[in-house]
Amino acid sequence: MATQHSRSAARLMMAPAVVLLLGWMLVPLTMTLYFSFKKYLPLRGGDLGWVGFENYTRFVTSSAFWPSVQATLVIVGGVLAITVVFGVLLAMLLDQPMWGQGIVRILVIAPFFVMPTVSALVWKNMFMDPVNGLFAHLWQAFGLTPVEWLSQASLGSIIMIVSWQWLPFATLILLTAIQSLDSEQLEAAEMDGAPPLARFGFIILPHLSRAITVVVLIQTIFLLSIFAEIFVTTQGSFGTRTLTYLIFQRVLESQNVGLGSAGGIYAVILANIVALFLMRIVGKNLDA
Amino acid sequence: MGQITLDSVTKSFGDVQVIPPLDLTIEDGEFAVFVGPSGCGKSTLLRLIAGLEDTTSGAIHIDGADATDQPPAKRRLAMVFQSYALYPHMTVRKNIAFPMRMAKIDKAEQDRRIEQAAAALNLTDYLDRRPGQLSGGQRQRVAIGRAIVREPAAFLFDEPLSNLDAALRVGMRLEISELHKRLKTTMVYVTHDQVEAMTMADKIVVLRAGHIEQVGSPLDLYRAPRNLFVAGFIGSPKMNLIEGPAAAEHSAQTIGIRPEHIDVGETGGTWTGKVGVAEHLGSDTFFHIHETGLADMVTVRAPGEVNFSHGDTIHLTPRADQIHRFDAEGLRIP
Repeated sequence: MATQHSRSAARLMMAPAVVLLLGWMLVPLTMTLYFSFKKYLPLRGGDLGWVGFENYTRFVTSSAFWPSVQATLVIVGGVLAITVVFGVLLAMLLDQPMWGQGIVRILVIAPFFVMPTVSALVWKNMFMDPVNGLFAHLWQAFGLTPVEWLSQASLGSIIMIVSWQWLPFATLILLTAIQSLDSEQLEAAEMDGAPPLARFGFIILPHLSRAITVVVLIQTIFLLSIFAEIFVTTQGSFGTRTLTYLIFQRVLESQNVGLGSAGGIYAVILANIVALFLMRIVGKNLDA
Repeated sequence: MGQITLDSVTKSFGDVQVIPPLDLTIEDGEFAVFVGPSGCGKSTLLRLIAGLEDTTSGAIHIDGADATDQPPAKRRLAMVFQSYALYPHMTVRKNIAFPMRMAKIDKAEQDRRIEQAAAALNLTDYLDRRPGQLSGGQRQRVAIGRAIVREPAAFLFDEPLSNLDAALRVGMRLEISELHKRLKTTMVYVTHDQVEAMTMADKIVVLRAGHIEQVGSPLDLYRAPRNLFVAGFIGSPKMNLIEGPAAAEHSAQTIGIRPEHIDVGETGGTWTGKVGVAEHLGSDTFFHIHETGLADMVTVRAPGEVNFSHGDTIHLTPRADQIHRFDAEGLRIP
């Protein structure tokens, strides 16, 4: 990419991809913006004209708005905490030489290949069902009253399901990072008198910081928009209505496209605020 | 305060015994070098002393105390690794402070020792940099600094110079020797480079397949190699080993004569041959001589500039008092 000629050739050849991606992003965004300023009720008269910022004020003043933002942040935060902590522990465990390592690794990664809808249904019916679920039987075996997971601990249950799905991803990324740690560094720390916990804190964890950053950033992008897990389990009840789910309800259940579009714009703003905070906190780890 | 004794130490990995029973004493303040071809077990031996590997049997004593089952941290040894093993996310200062931090030495004392080590190793200007911003030689010095500040009973070096370029290697060799003269602490140094071994050691331990072939001062090994392996390994260029009638004349199976102990002339030598490649170094000239009827090739080192060219006939005279004789088992005949 040294010469003027090769630079302009490169730009020319990249142009179609850039234009396509830009259009891919801009068209839906523009349409969302367009509808958010309209009163648009598909089953009750269709396009009823411009309403200015009315949709925005209605969406934000609705009693469901702030709880939904809170639920979104709790789920994202909870899943991130669980996947990072257990991801680090699992990665260290899988890095130990052991019999059947290959099979164990595949098993650990397996949940990532299960579709969100399927895994949520499996959890809902096989584990968390208060009558027939495995957890219910376990509780009963100890003489306890089965927990009605999805109503009594709804947010926790969703976090558990989503964590189960994302733990393999975190483990995989962190495992590759741990494998790239020079074993002589650990030996040097051992010679320097560092006990195991200090070796973890001073050598392994700093080595993993970049991988953890990648895990946190990528997962946040996907977790802000989780939908299927809520749709097939609680349907947004018992305090599990996230911002994404609230928008879905406004557009499809209330058939109010304008209001939902305004919510979509709020979701974009929320995602950007979260991204800003994340880049402030962990972004510096990405600088080499 | 830094005597290391190995008492019939063995080490096996699975069914493979890499170190057969081995006894060795390294005296306090000594610079001991383990040297041998790659895979001879010299690094394993060092790691056994360090405690990074467990001995299969036998005992290791440091300062008379049994250290066989002590963890590395308790042995008061400091190690410099081949890859330096610096902590990449810490500054040079923090790297050097790390062992002291682990030992919970108070902050003022830490700073004092860091300043002292940095001054000794020319690192004062680099204390706030990270290892990634340093050159190979500087990283090496940080690794040494990290070892010094612990004031260990002994230093262990695992091929510390093999990642440096030739010029830097000579410089660091001198610095490590200087350091040893100044600190007078026991040092154990592993290398495959016999030049490093010859120039730095008080005591060389020549290893082959886990066996100690010979232990002695560099000049002992040069003057009186105990067997053919040591004879061939120590000295550069290698000793010429000659079998057959020429050896029988000296009533030996094999005779060895170092290149520098053969005189060359245009007439009247004991042996004659044809000059192959001549390497002119200025201070010396190396001749590779063929068709001598002694061995495939005889190497001769003539002092100064000697002019023979490719294909010339050359006459060789070995110095009679410098001929090493070996018996059928390859052992030295005194």
